[in-house]
Amino acid sequence: MLLRYTFQRLLMLIPVSISISIVIFMIVHLLPGDPIDNLLRIGSSPEDREALVARYGLDRSLFVQYFTWIGNLFQGDFGQAIVLRRPVIDLIGQNLPYSLVLGGLAFAFSSIVGMSLGIISSVVRNPIIDRLVRGFILLGSTVPGFWLALLLILFFAVNLRWFPVSGAGGWDSLVLPVLTIGFGGVALVARVTRVALMDARREDFVMLLHAKGLSHNTILFRHLMPHALLPVVTILALRIGWILGGAVTVEFVFGRPGLGSLLIRALGQRDYPVVQGCLLMLALAVMLGTLIGDIAQAAMDPRVREAKT
Amino acid sequence: MSMLSVRDLGVAFGSIHPLSGVSFSVDRGQTIGIVGESGSGKSLTAMSVMGLLPLIGGRITDGNIEFDGQDLTNLPETAYRKLRGGRIGLITQNPMTSLDPLKKIGPQVDAVAILHLEMTPKEARARTEDILETLRIPEPALICDRYPHQMSGGMKQRIVIAMALAADPDVLIADEPTTALDVTVQAQIIRLLDDLVKERDLALVLITHDMSVVAQTCDKVVVMYAGRALEFGTVETIFDAPQHPYTQALIGCIPRGGDGTAKLDGIPGTVPTVMNYPKGCPFHPRCTRAQEICTTTQPEFTSYGDSAAACHFAGVAP
Amino acid sequence: MTATISPLGRFARIKNRSLGALSRTSVGRAFSSWIGKIAGGFIILLVLTAIFAPWIAPFDYAAQDLMNGNQPPGWPHLLGTDEFGRDVLSRVIYGARTSLSVSATAIAISITAGMTLGAAAGYFGGLFERVVMTIVDLTWSFPDILIALIFVAIIGPGLTSTTFAIAIAYLAQFTRLTRAQIVRLKRETFIEATINLGAKPHHILFRHLLPNAIAPVIVVGMLAIGDGIVLEATLGFFGLGAQPPTPSWGAMMSSGTAQLFLSPWVIIFPGVVVAVTVIAVNLFGDELISALDIRERLRGS
Repeated sequence: MLLRYTFQRLLMLIPVSISISIVIFMIVHLLPGDPIDNLLRIGSSPEDREALVARYGLDRSLFVQYFTWIGNLFQGDFGQAIVLRRPVIDLIGQNLPYSLVLGGLAFAFSSIVGMSLGIISSVVRNPIIDRLVRGFILLGSTVPGFWLALLLILFFAVNLRWFPVSGAGGWDSLVLPVLTIGFGGVALVARVTRVALMDARREDFVMLLHAKGLSHNTILFRHLMPHALLPVVTILALRIGWILGGAVTVEFVFGRPGLGSLLIRALGQRDYPVVQGCLLMLALAVMLGTLIGDIAQAAMDPRVREAKT
Repeated sequence: MSMLSVRDLGVAFGSIHPLSGVSFSVDRGQTIGIVGESGSGKSLTAMSVMGLLPLIGGRITDGNIEFDGQDLTNLPETAYRKLRGGRIGLITQNPMTSLDPLKKIGPQVDAVAILHLEMTPKEARARTEDILETLRIPEPALICDRYPHQMSGGMKQRIVIAMALAADPDVLIADEPTTALDVTVQAQIIRLLDDLVKERDLALVLITHDMSVVAQTCDKVVVMYAGRALEFGTVETIFDAPQHPYTQALIGCIPRGGDGTAKLDGIPGTVPTVMNYPKGCPFHPRCTRAQEICTTTQPEFTSYGDSAAACHFAGVAP
Repeated sequence: MTATISPLGRFARIKNRSLGALSRTSVGRAFSSWIGKIAGGFIILLVLTAIFAPWIAPFDYAAQDLMNGNQPPGWPHLLGTDEFGRDVLSRVIYGARTSLSVSATAIAISITAGMTLGAAAGYFGGLFERVVMTIVDLTWSFPDILIALIFVAIIGPGLTSTTFAIAIAYLAQFTRLTRAQIVRLKRETFIEATINLGAKPHHILFRHLLPNAIAPVIVVGMLAIGDGIVLEATLGFFGLGAQPPTPSWGAMMSSGTAQLFLSPWVIIFPGVVVAVTVIAVNLFGDELISALDIRERLRGS
């Protein structure tokens, strides 16, 4: 059942990935000016120009160009960076590990702390704790990430000198970036967990669970938690893409290498092959996240598993 | 001595008192019907007996609930938990939503025997399959491996009944067990409950708004209105000579086929909500016989043979 | 908050209960709790500050005084000065103009376009609906900052492109919401009755469907203005938003990073204002949701 569902979801990703790739492909063509110029370094020789045109079939129709581009992608050819003059795939390969480490840690941090906070605030029926958690959720979901990053740098790196101001040296350089991304993530996960638990508590079957003589803890962990986890898992899976993409600001502020700062730099330098490459990677992460979320949901909920898609 | 007796029960949510002065008792092998329109406090009575009021923010303020000689009103939660599902089973109103949709049927029923009879999962499963079989569920082993959403409403209600029976309880509380079901299935479930009372010597509290169900299955009946009992007694007495105008009206609502004069007497007006219970007799705004005294003074119960009614004019010919 | 509603002028002509109810009783009820009073009061104060900035700001926001650069908060510069000796308080006050108007305009554009797309998708259904919703779901799953960044990258930095970038970043939200409302309403009896009575599609859409769908959309729009302010600040911080010397909260912080160690107040105060504004918008929006009793309707989409 689950296997069939997974297969269905994978099939549904095909039109999605085609549309995404078309959008990313079209970026170069939507830009003002000649798309060939957009792909070339200023002051390139006519020979460079011809080589590029020949390589990507830029003199052919858009249709052919798109398929050439896709074909190249499948062979690992993401094009040539204009400014850095290196294959885009190398740049991505260099930056991706940094993003994965930061994203992975931030993801783990926000899921664990967020879920704990959400559970605490809805289970411990203490108005003060509940209000504190709600206040934190409000702060975490409203304070701009880059500003929080600056404040953390100011306080922990400049004043207390506990952590380095920027860079990607040792593990200690990860603490502040993870905290910054995690802050918003924790708030989001805590909010979803809290609401989901309170919704689950209101379900009719909970009354009958109590009537069976089950203890509060059994009901909470065996029955309510699985229900509350459904939306949380969805949000967390969606978050995979968001954490990688949302890390843009944080990587920028902390001067860390990574997909986000590579993208920002490329945008600033109008290095479009790199922009396309980064976007493709991020899109891939978003799609993977959604897929994982869907599959996890189906694994947990028999109703989803059997729904006709 | 009665298996379960409730005396002068009063319930409060904060400063609101949705239930007061409810009394009834039921023995083994007996069925008592608690009847009334929705919002009359029937389900609250069930929740009080199950000790589940704190869950929805309520508390018992008056009276007591006695189960097998033991007062339940001040029973600690841990002791109460042993009774719930163990010696008192509950069947709820809506079978569509009363099972955990993420868990298979088998484990949901097994849990009761594992918890209260200290069985191993394997023994519990064997017992579950036995019970399902006695409830006339075909292929119990197959059903145990199914999820709730794969079954019909009537089937789910049988599962809920199986869960309530799993630990061999003494008392079964059925809160509108058939309201959400198809008419044909309703009859089956009611007959099933009736058989269970006889076969297992259960005491059944049947909560319903359907007077005809009461007439078919119950030995005793309590008529409730606006959080109060208005009349109680044996089914024969109450159906032969209802004293309270409300009971009379409810009986008048039962469609009687065949005699050609069948007529549904609807009761004009609506049930008051908790926020605006009337003073005096709660039924007076809708009562055809209401007098000055009904609006000011709450009537006491007066006995008439096997029944008692709380009406100023009970026994007085209209 | 009037800025949000005015671009909806063409809908406002329609006599309808929802919008009427939204503008009077419900807003009143949202103000009834103390949270609503404080949050709503702050928003009103902020809007007034933005409108009357020239009369309120103690200094000219662009006046440089290099001799008094990087002054800490004190007198006469209550919130200190930046590296060019410009008064931070005055720049924050003028910045409210930029930040609020950019965000409000962007969300207004987003609502208008989103409602049109969503209503059309929900009403006509079929292939059109599927195409629209595929694109919408696509942008929905990407972080708003990425969508805005890409858009700015294509049409270049500046306030206009920031406005459109924000509008596009939140378009999906309004399209989804409107469509969900329309689809839900279409199933309701009174709409079916109207169709059976022979009403024309545009009559049904503009007279019955949109007016009923508008209250949740406007509340979400109000919340989105908060998000828009953050997004504007972020773009400004990247140097892609307001260009000097135009003051905007984000741009102020951008130029402040270089002086982070010397004069942290240049970054702290605009950030505080952004945070407090967004919190106020969220709190008030939440009160409004409760007052309008539309929490369930919002959750469904």
